Formats: sequence, structure tokens, C-alpha cells
Amino acid sequence: MAERRENTAQAVAGAAEELAYREQEERVFVASQWQLMWWRFRKHKMALVSAGVLGLFYLVAIFCEFVAPYDPEQFFTQYKLCPPTRIHIRDAQGRFQWPFIYKLQRQRDPETMRIIYTEDTTTAYPIRLFVRGSPYRLWGLFSLDRHLFGIDAPREEQGVFLLGADRMGRDLFSRVCYGARISLSIGLVGVFLSLILGIILGGISGYYGGLLDNIIQRAIEFIRSIPSIPLWMGLSAALPADWPIVRVYFGITIILSLIGWTGLARVVRSKFMSLREEDFTMAARLAGSSEMRIITRHLVPSFLSHIIASLTLSIPEMILSETGLSFLGLGLRAPAISWGVLLRECQNLRSLVLAPWVLTPAFAVIIAVLAFNFVGDGLRDAADPYAR
Amino acid sequence: MLRYVFRRILYMIPTLILISMVSFAIIQLPPGDYLTSYAAQLRTTGDTIDEAELAALRERYGLGQPIYVQYLKWVKGILLHNDWGQSMEWQRPVKELIFERIALTVVLSFSTMIFSWVVGISVGIYSATHQYSFMDYLMTLVSFIGVGTPGFLLALIVMYAAMAYFGLNVGGLFSEQYMLAPWSWAKFVDMLKHIWIPILVLAVSSTAGIIRTTRANLLDELNKPYVVTARAKGLKETKLVLKYPTRVALIPFFSTVGWALASLVSGSTLVAVVLSLQTEGPMLLRALMSQDMYLAGSFILLLSTLTVIGTLISDVILAWVDPRIRLEA
Repeated sequence: MAERRENTAQAVAGAAEELAYREQEERVFVASQWQLMWWRFRKHKMALVSAGVLGLFYLVAIFCEFVAPYDPEQFFTQYKLCPPTRIHIRDAQGRFQWPFIYKLQRQRDPETMRIIYTEDTTTAYPIRLFVRGSPYRLWGLFSLDRHLFGIDAPREEQGVFLLGADRMGRDLFSRVCYGARISLSIGLVGVFLSLILGIILGGISGYYGGLLDNIIQRAIEFIRSIPSIPLWMGLSAALPADWPIVRVYFGITIILSLIGWTGLARVVRSKFMSLREEDFTMAARLAGSSEMRIITRHLVPSFLSHIIASLTLSIPEMILSETGLSFLGLGLRAPAISWGVLLRECQNLRSLVLAPWVLTPAFAVIIAVLAFNFVGDGLRDAADPYAR
Repeated sequence: MLRYVFRRILYMIPTLILISMVSFAIIQLPPGDYLTSYAAQLRTTGDTIDEAELAALRERYGLGQPIYVQYLKWVKGILLHNDWGQSMEWQRPVKELIFERIALTVVLSFSTMIFSWVVGISVGIYSATHQYSFMDYLMTLVSFIGVGTPGFLLALIVMYAAMAYFGLNVGGLFSEQYMLAPWSWAKFVDMLKHIWIPILVLAVSSTAGIIRTTRANLLDELNKPYVVTARAKGLKETKLVLKYPTRVALIPFFSTVGWALASLVSGSTLVAVVLSLQTEGPMLLRALMSQDMYLAGSFILLLSTLTVIGTLISDVILAWVDPRIRLEA
């Protein structure tokens, strides 16, 4: 009797499992292509985490005026090369409190004559969220003075420097936030330009083939045979030094995408070549569709996901190139703020040893580049959800 | 085979002509010409200007004439007289400055490439044959991070760490006393003592890429029937893996030697500036900054030519390793 009941229970459980499996399968059958891609992308944990990190970075870049506690150009002459402010959560008596900082006192080391900063544990400033601070114009449109965090003290009295201050006493964290805007957007703009060039030229090459294909392929091979950084250096050195920041910015992106399109064009071409032989293309042609319609309605949607994946993988290259050029002094120049410009501070080894925190923009670059690589990898795996 | 090589060399000629045009265009990009600034420089230092000499130079470079005449004169000078123009900043012919730097760049890039191949391929083979083992996971993680870490930032971090923790300055390729000394055995040994740090820094990202590609390719090959057959017939595992699937897995590398070289050269430019190596990087940067355009243009021309030759070599090796290619051609 007991055995039979167990059997029945097992059968029921089995049936439920079977049903759940069927439902699962059904879900897969009716899911759209993008849904399938999302499910596959979700499995790549590193890519998922990286996507979160990138989202955070771009939020900071978009709202940098709000996130940064200070104006990036504002200098605190009394806090030259001030090390990162330590944030405490335990006070002198060992009690836990809302995060706060102690007042900093400047002293001169009697032996080396270097300025050292010590904490005055009698005066504490709690960290406040949404404090009023220096006024700014968000995106140059809205006049505001609230900042994400800060302390209730005038900046002359005490400043909060999450990443320390630079040689001129400017808050490095604010500068990194503002730098994110230029450094992260230059990758997007550059990739967008390369995308246009890559899709047009790669598309022509792959769809029509023949002589045009041959010419474009030789051109790509030629461009790729020139070492990119020396070429970029040569081209950006030619940008006039008196250009305004915005124009230099676009000049640099155009220079970067002059080489960047070649990789995308290759991907587009190979996809066009394999897809134009497919039955559905033939069917569309027989049904009397125009070339333009075949390309935009049938071909482009089928390889769009691959394009997005290779786009994501070429953004970090752009970010790095901008950083490298600005670091050398050939790209953007101060007063423009990008991560590469900030890294120019590190060129002097002596000051780097004195103030290692000026190296933090390098870590911002590395994290952004790694995150883009992981996301791109995940997207590439997910790009073809029907495989396997 | 010979016919194939010959044809590839013929293909090279239009590429080289295009490269020389691009380099010349870069020379021409900044406003003004070399002689005007040269004369201005002489005037500021108070030197007298020899008008006859200026006229001779103007005739030599075809200044003031149409652009294609200038270009042809420039190319003719290089091809027939090995005359690469005059460096304005150094007041010396470009050819005296450039070749040692280029040679050191080639030495550095080649050693880096060989190092990253040896390390990358052996680690890749290990990872593939020990798939999902602890070491495999570790190596995969390391190579993921390595691919994303840019060389010049790594160089900065290494410089800082060496200075802060060991009090060492790891920049440069030579010790101070050998910096300007002529080449000797002692200078060579001194270089060996310095060159390994830039090699390591440069090799990180390329090695990581090689590990990943080798692992993926070899994993594809290892499941193929011929490998199973060979194993069933009792071939020793080492010989089995190394002799057949590895050879197939390595083919993509030969086809990308040329580009690998190009990206190494361009990556090394930035690293060389950070580590102040005596390769082309810092000199090219200075030449560009001070608009010493004949020097900069010659650098770009020579570096591009080198990579084109590198691509040629890689194609020839590829045809030699993979008979399918040379039979098709």
C-alpha cells in the first residue's frame, strides 16, 4: 500500500517535472530572438557583473556635475597633494556612527620639509548626502547646487577628497568623474563613426563582390598594415594647437575611426557573403523585393546581434587609444579633462612616488576596458542564440 | 612555392608606394615648410644664413614646387642616395639618427613576440589538455585580465611599484655609462639586463591572447576522429598532441604574424615612452611635438615598411606550413 502511494507520488512528481520541462521548452519555442539572447547572456556571470559596472560608470559620466563634490578646476591651495581622505565609521570611543571624516591638519615634516596631513580627532564632519555645494549647470542647462555627497562645511575649512588631491590641490575624484564623460563617450562616438563607415563599405564589399570587393579589401589590408599608434600620433600631432576642445575631440574621434572601421567592415562583409546565399534572400528576391529592402529588412536584422557584439569589443580599443594619445600630449590637452589628460600627472616618476593616488585614473581605464571586454565576450556568445 | 613568393613580393610594391604617400602626407600636414622654420631658427640663434645654401636645400627638396614634385624628390632621395632628409631639431641627417632606434625596436618586438609565443603556446596546450582543471581556470582568468590590461598603463604601474618598493628606476634600455657608448660586448650584456622588463610588460597582453586562441583551437582539434584513431592505435599522448592537433591549432598564428608585429610595434611606442626606452617611441614623439617632420615621416615610413615585410614573411611561412594555401594560389 505504502509502496503504491510512493509510486503514485513519484509519478505525479514526474508528471509535474515533465510539464515544467514542456513549459520551459514551449517558452523557448515562442521566445523572440532578443529574449533568447538575453537568456544566454544572463548565464555569463562576468559579463552580467561587467554590464552593471559599465552602467554605473556611464551614470557617473552622465551626471558627473552632480556626483562630483567639487568643481574639477577649483583648487584648494592648502591641500596640495593631499592624500585620499579617510572615511571613518567608528569614532574615538569605538562606537559605530554614520560615516564621517576628521578635520585635517597641515604640518611640515621637520626633516624632509614635506607637508604631511594629520587627522584632528576632536573635529568631525559627517558625510551628508545631497548637500548644497558649489553651484553648477547640469548639462549646461539646469542651474543646481546639490551634490551627491559632501560635508556641511565650507570648502575653505575642510574638503573631502575620496581619491586625494593633485599637485594643484584639485579634487581627483571630481576630475575622474568629469574625465569619465569625455573618455567614455569618445569610445561611443568613435565606434558610431566606424560603424557607419564599416557597414557601408563592408556591405558594398560583401553584397556586390567582384572588383569593388577587391578594391575595398586591399584598402583594408593596407590600412591594417600601418602600425596604428605611430599613424595616430602623426595625424593628431597635425591638429592645430589652438583648436577649441570640442573640435579637437571630434578630430580625435575621426582619426581613431579612420582605422577602426576596417575590423567592422570585415565582420559585415563575411556576414553579407554568407547570408546572401541563404534561401530567404533568394525568396525575397524572387518575390520582387528591391535591393534596399532585402538589405534593410532581411540581411541587417539577421546579423545585427553580431555587429553589436563586435562594436562592444571595439569600444575599449578606442578608449585606450584616446587615453594613450592624451597621455602623450598629442590628443586632448588641459583644460580638457579626460582620463588620459589626468594620467599626464604620472609622467613624472618622482611625483608619482610622492602621490601614488594620481595613478587612480589608470585603474578607472583598466576597469572600463576589462568590463567592455567581458560584456563583448558575453554578447558574442549570445549573439547567435540558435547555435547548439 | 617560388612563384607564390614572387607574386607576393609583386603585390607588396603598390602597398609600399601607398605607404610612402601616407608618410609624405604626414610630413606635409603641419603648416609651413621645413626651410622656413629652419631659417627662422637660425635667425633666432643669431647665425648668419647662407642664402646659397638655402637655395640649394630648396632645390633639393623641391620646396615651392607642386606637391607631387616634392614627393618624387623625397622618394628619389631615399631610393637612390639613401638620403632621408634632414632632422631640424637634431641638425643631423635623419639616417644617422633613425637606424639604431629602429634596430632596437625590431629587437624588442621580436624578442617579445618569441617570448609570448613560447609562453602562450605552452600554457595554451596545457590548458587545453587539462580542461576545467584548477590551473586551466587560473590561466583563463589571468589571460582574460591580461588581454584587457593596456601595456602603457601596466608599464606605469610597474615603474611606480619598482620605485616605491625597491627604489629602482626600471626605465631605459642601458645603464648610464653605456647610454652613448658605441656598441660593445659589455653594452650588449648591459642591455640584456634591462630589456627583460619591457619585454615582460609588452608580452602580457599578446601572451594572454595567444593562450586563449591556442586553447580554443586545440580544444576543437582534440575531439576530431583522427586524434581518437591515433590514440586508439596506441600513440604516446605527448607525441599525439604535439605532432598533429597542435600543428593545426597553430596555423592561425602564422597568418597573423604580420599584424601581431604591427600591433607590437604600435603598442611598444607607448610603452617605450613611459619606460623611456631608446627605441623609436620617444624619438618619434619628440619629432612630432617639435614638428621635425622629416624625422617623423621617415619613422612612420620605416615602421610601416617593416610590418609589410613582416606580413610577407608570415604569408610565406603560412604557405610553407599549410600546403592548401600554396596549392590554391
